[in-house]
This record gives sequence, C-alpha cells and structure tokens, in this order.
Amino acid sequence: MQFWVIQTLNSLALGGLLFLLSAGFSLIFGLMRIANLTHGALFMLGAYIGVSILKVVPNLWLAALLGGLAVAAFGAVIERLLLRKLGSNVLGQVLVTLGIAFIIADACLVIWGGDPIPLPTPQALQRPLTLAGFTFPSYRLVVVVIAIVTAIGLYLLMERTRIGAMIRAGVDDMDMARAVGIPVSRLFTTVFCLGAALAGAGGIIGGPMLSAYPGLDADMLPLALIIVMLGGVGSLVGAFVGSFIIGFIYTFGVALLPDLAYVILFLPMILVLAFRPRGLFGKFAA
Amino acid sequence: MAFTRRRFIKASGAGLGASALGFPAIVRAQSDAIRVGLMTVKTGPLASGGLDMERALIMYLRERNNMLAGRKVSLSVADTAGVPAQARTKLQELVEKDRIQVLIGPLDAASALASDDYIRAQQLPTISVAAAEDMTQRKPNPWFVRPTSTSSQAAQPLADYCYTNLKYRRMATLADDIAYGHEMAAGFQRVFEDAGGKIVQKMFPPLTVPDYGTYLAQLKTNIDGLFLGSAGSNGFRYLRQFNEYGLRGKVNVVGGMTALDEAVLRNMGDEALGIITTCWYSAELDNALNRKFAAAFRAEAKYDPGFYAAATYTDAAVLEAALNGVKGRIEDKPAFIKALRGVKVDTVRGPVRFDQYGNVVGNVYIRKVERKEGRLVNSVIFTYPNVSQFWRYKPEEFLKNPVYSRDWPPAKNLES
Repeated sequence: MQFWVIQTLNSLALGGLLFLLSAGFSLIFGLMRIANLTHGALFMLGAYIGVSILKVVPNLWLAALLGGLAVAAFGAVIERLLLRKLGSNVLGQVLVTLGIAFIIADACLVIWGGDPIPLPTPQALQRPLTLAGFTFPSYRLVVVVIAIVTAIGLYLLMERTRIGAMIRAGVDDMDMARAVGIPVSRLFTTVFCLGAALAGAGGIIGGPMLSAYPGLDADMLPLALIIVMLGGVGSLVGAFVGSFIIGFIYTFGVALLPDLAYVILFLPMILVLAFRPRGLFGKFAA
Repeated sequence: MAFTRRRFIKASGAGLGASALGFPAIVRAQSDAIRVGLMTVKTGPLASGGLDMERALIMYLRERNNMLAGRKVSLSVADTAGVPAQARTKLQELVEKDRIQVLIGPLDAASALASDDYIRAQQLPTISVAAAEDMTQRKPNPWFVRPTSTSSQAAQPLADYCYTNLKYRRMATLADDIAYGHEMAAGFQRVFEDAGGKIVQKMFPPLTVPDYGTYLAQLKTNIDGLFLGSAGSNGFRYLRQFNEYGLRGKVNVVGGMTALDEAVLRNMGDEALGIITTCWYSAELDNALNRKFAAAFRAEAKYDPGFYAAATYTDAAVLEAALNGVKGRIEDKPAFIKALRGVKVDTVRGPVRFDQYGNVVGNVYIRKVERKEGRLVNSVIFTYPNVSQFWRYKPEEFLKNPVYSRDWPPAKNLES
C-alpha cells in the first residue's frame, strides 16, 4: 500500500516537473515546426542562473521568475539573430538549435564549473510531510501544484486571449494566419521567448530535486521529445497529459521492471508514432 | 605555467633543429625532453574530475621545475570528453603527432578499454586512473599499471568494516548501472556475504536517472545499512533526495570511493555529516607528502583535492620513481616498463607497489564526513593497510570466477 501511494505521488511530482519542461517545447514545435533542441540546454541554463541569483536573492520563487525572464531574453536573441536568418530552412534551424545547445552546455561548464550545484529547497518545505502514515517530500507536492497552476494559466492564455487565438491560428494554418494579417513573425519571437522562459523557470523549480549539473540538458531533452511526440505537437493538453503519462510510466516502470527502464520509457512513444503519428492530441504529424 | 601545444611545438622544433645539425643520436636522446601524454576529460559531465587531473599533474611537474630524473619533461594534454571513440583518436594523435613516451590516464573505464588494444600495439607505458577490473585481472595489459584501485578494491574492505566494526548484518546496495557500479556493488556483496551478512536488496539506477524518487520509495527500511556505489554527482543527488524523503536517521548509509568525493562534498551541507565512505585517499590523510600536496592544491584551487587530483599526483610520483629507476632513460622501453612495474614509492596516498598484474597494492582508508574549519572533510577513522585488488582471496581462485558484474556473484538473499 505504502509503495503504491508513494510511487503515485512520485509519478505526479515527476509529471509536474516534466510539464514545466515540455509545455514550452510543445508550443515552439507546434508553431514554428522546429524541434528546438536547445530546450534541454535552456532548462539547464535556467538552473545555473538560478544558482547565481539565489546567492544574491535567497528566494526560490523570485529566482524562478527572474531566471525565467533572463532565459527568455536569451531565447529572444537566439530567435531574432539566428533562427530568423534561416527562414524556412527547417533542417538548418534544428541543426542551429543543436549547436547552440552544445555551446550553452560548455559555457555553463566554464562559468559554473563541473561540479553539481544544489539549489536549496525553500526553508519551509524542507521537512517531509507526513499524512496518514505516509511520508513524502513536501516540495514535490508543491511542484505538482505549480505545474497545475501553470497549465491553467497557459490554457487561459491560449484559449481566452487575443494572442492565444493568434498562436492557435498559427499552429492550425500558418499561411491562412498570415493572410488574415496576423503578425506571424512577431508571434514566433513571443512564443520562442515564452517557451524559453518556461524552460528556464522549470530548471530553477526543478533545481531542488535535480540540482544543476553538466549533463542535465542531455537528461531532459529526450524526455521533452517523448512527451511531445506522445501528447501531440503544439497541443498544451497533449503536453500536460503526456507529462503525467510519462511520469507514471517512468516511475512505475523503474520500480517494477528496473532492467527495462528505458524500454518502457520509449515504448509508448514508438507505439504512438506507429499507430497514431500525430500523437494523442496533435493536429499534425511531427 | 601552462603547457600549451604551442610551447610543445617550440620545444620539439628545437629538438628537430638539433637533430638536423647532426648531434649523435644518443646525445640527442638524452638532451630531449621526456614526452608525457595526459588523457583527461575537459568537457562534458566528467570534466570536473578531468580538470583536477590536469591541475594536479601540472602542479607536480612545476614543483620539480619540469624536471624528472634529471631530464626536462614536456606535457601534451588531450581531452577525450569521456567519449571512448574520441579517446582512441586522441591517443593516436598523442602517440603519432606528439610522440609521447608514456601516458597518464585516461580518466574513465570506457576510454581505457577503447584504448587497450592500441596501447598494446604501440607498447605504450600507461599509468592509469580508470578502474575497469579486468585490465589488471583476467586480461592484464603488460604496458598498463594502475596506482589508484580497481572498482571494487576499496569497496571490499568497506564490506568487511560494515560487518566487523559496524556489526551490520542486513544491507542493500545501490549503484550506477554501469560496469563501474556493477563491479563495486558486486565486490561489496561478495565480501559482506562471505563474512556472513546478507544483501537483501540490489538496485542499479541508470547513470543519468533524473530523479531518485522511485528508488527511494522502494528502499527497504528494515536494513542495517545501504551501500551507495555512485559516481560523479549521483551520490550527492541521491543523498539530498534521501533526506527529502525523511529517510535520514532511519537508514544508515555507507559509500564507495566516489560517492562523497571531496569534489562533491564541497557543495553539500549537513546532510552528509557522519556518513562513512571508503577510498584509497582522503585530503585529510596525515602523511608528510599529502599535508604538503593538500595545502598547495587548496591554495591554488580553493578547494580540497579529491579522487582525480590525488590519482594523477600519485601517477606522477610513480612515473618519477620509475624514471629514477632507469636514470631517466625512458627510451630503453623494456627496462622502463620493468622499473615501472617494480616501483615501490611513498606517495600522497601512502606506499604504492604493484602486484604481478600491474595493479596497486596499497592502503584503503575508511573515512567519515566531519566538519572542520567550516568545511566538510573526509576524516580517516580506520586504515586497511596494503589492500590487494583480490582482497583476502587467493588471486588464482579469484581469477577463476567471472569478472564482477550485475549478476555475479549471484545474490541469494534478496527479499522482494
């Protein structure tokens, strides 16, 4: 019983963290049709920037906000100065994002060194929560709440605001959106910044669980890819559902069949791609 | 002073000039620098240890004015990035372009294994750090010596310590799912169970597992202790999450030689206090050589030397001792390799000598994390002198068994 309850909570916590990672990835993929391979690196960059901010401002939530903004600004530079120049050369854009990911990774290594650096859990959340005989880290529960709040916020942004409507139009039919006068190019920058901000803030919020360490980028990027393939490109609901599905599969897969941990992780993606290439909620095939 | 490639080219250019002027070959050989190659990792996840390797080696040479056994030394450094294929290419470059005469490194087991056949083919004397067991066991490379330890060399005495001194009887192991983790956990299990203890749970999380939550939820709490055999940043991440799950105080943790390395310790807090680990080194070791080395390293790097710094510094001491044994004539390869394998020298880790397979017989220290002068240190609480890679088993019998792995020795006492 204990096992199932704790593992369920673990799945939810991991799912929440994965949503923060993959929401931005999915948005960028959906609108710009490029797999932004810097996404893992932006997540790591956020974590490292969080380390530096926390030295000055000892507040994780404020650090997440500031770090998110910093990474968003960085994202704007990438989009404006590099991706833009490559226009419709999608393959070129993907390669550029991969190159930037390597550059970010090595820059982090130069600036912050190779040792893992922990982000401190906020004082109030350091003690595990004990409820009905179950002990669980309270910070992880907060991460789930943050993920749900973020999901609702993004949903409202996409469904209830003008800019959300424009993004949706762009995802559905780029040419038509352009034809009716939606400033698609400015939209690209906005979405890229938003995605980068989510990744950066996610890195900081995930920091107390994962720490900032070289290789964090490469650990996270495949997870973001799986989730978006599974959930469907460009779909927020897809990213949300996908994150929690992967959270559960991963947690229980590792617990019950540890030898097959990675098989179990990638198997659903293969099945989905084979039988439903657009993913669970996607509008088009990735 | 840094050894850059440009400096090296200048130096070898001068050598070429001398040969063009027609010095007799033997004079040229004596006046040339000894060419040492270092294979390390300066980029990627293993870079932290790799950069320490380079720093320690340069320190060692600088302390001797770049002279070993009366000859100048030129150093070429190659970055393998921890990628075996790249290690092989870089080694070839070191040998064919920089014409190194002796190799220090590589850092990781995979790179060492990838370079093994080339080291044999080139007959390149190699003083390594990588821990892969079989390189000095069932497939010994005659050109390879290891002054540090095999994967399990330090874990085996710890198992004895857990059984005999800590009186643990039921334990679990958790180690990275790579050969290094398998070998360490297996060595620990064998010695612990042969003593009479029981390993009731074995876990091997993937090397890059992002989150240990699932493993923590499974961990049995009715055990006397957990052996943590992790590398790099993993031990540190595991312990943090271990505390978040409220397991601190419920389960005792002991660690392998890289679980709470000085490099990791400096970023940790009170959660590490009191944890016992095993290693062939500690920055706190109280011998004259180490007091000097640790202080000098700390002054330069602003942190304590750990596994990789000490490993390379020890490698350099072994190299110097071997060179002294042949009066600097590294060109006489058979004599040099004989001297290398016959080295007996005091180093920062204590006395070092090699068994007939080229692996060190040396002290293993049981250490406990304590706070000293405001920083966390690995205080030595017990010493196992002159530990062999075969522990107390007979080498011939040890070698008849398969190499330590995930499934060998079989775990007979697992509880589900």
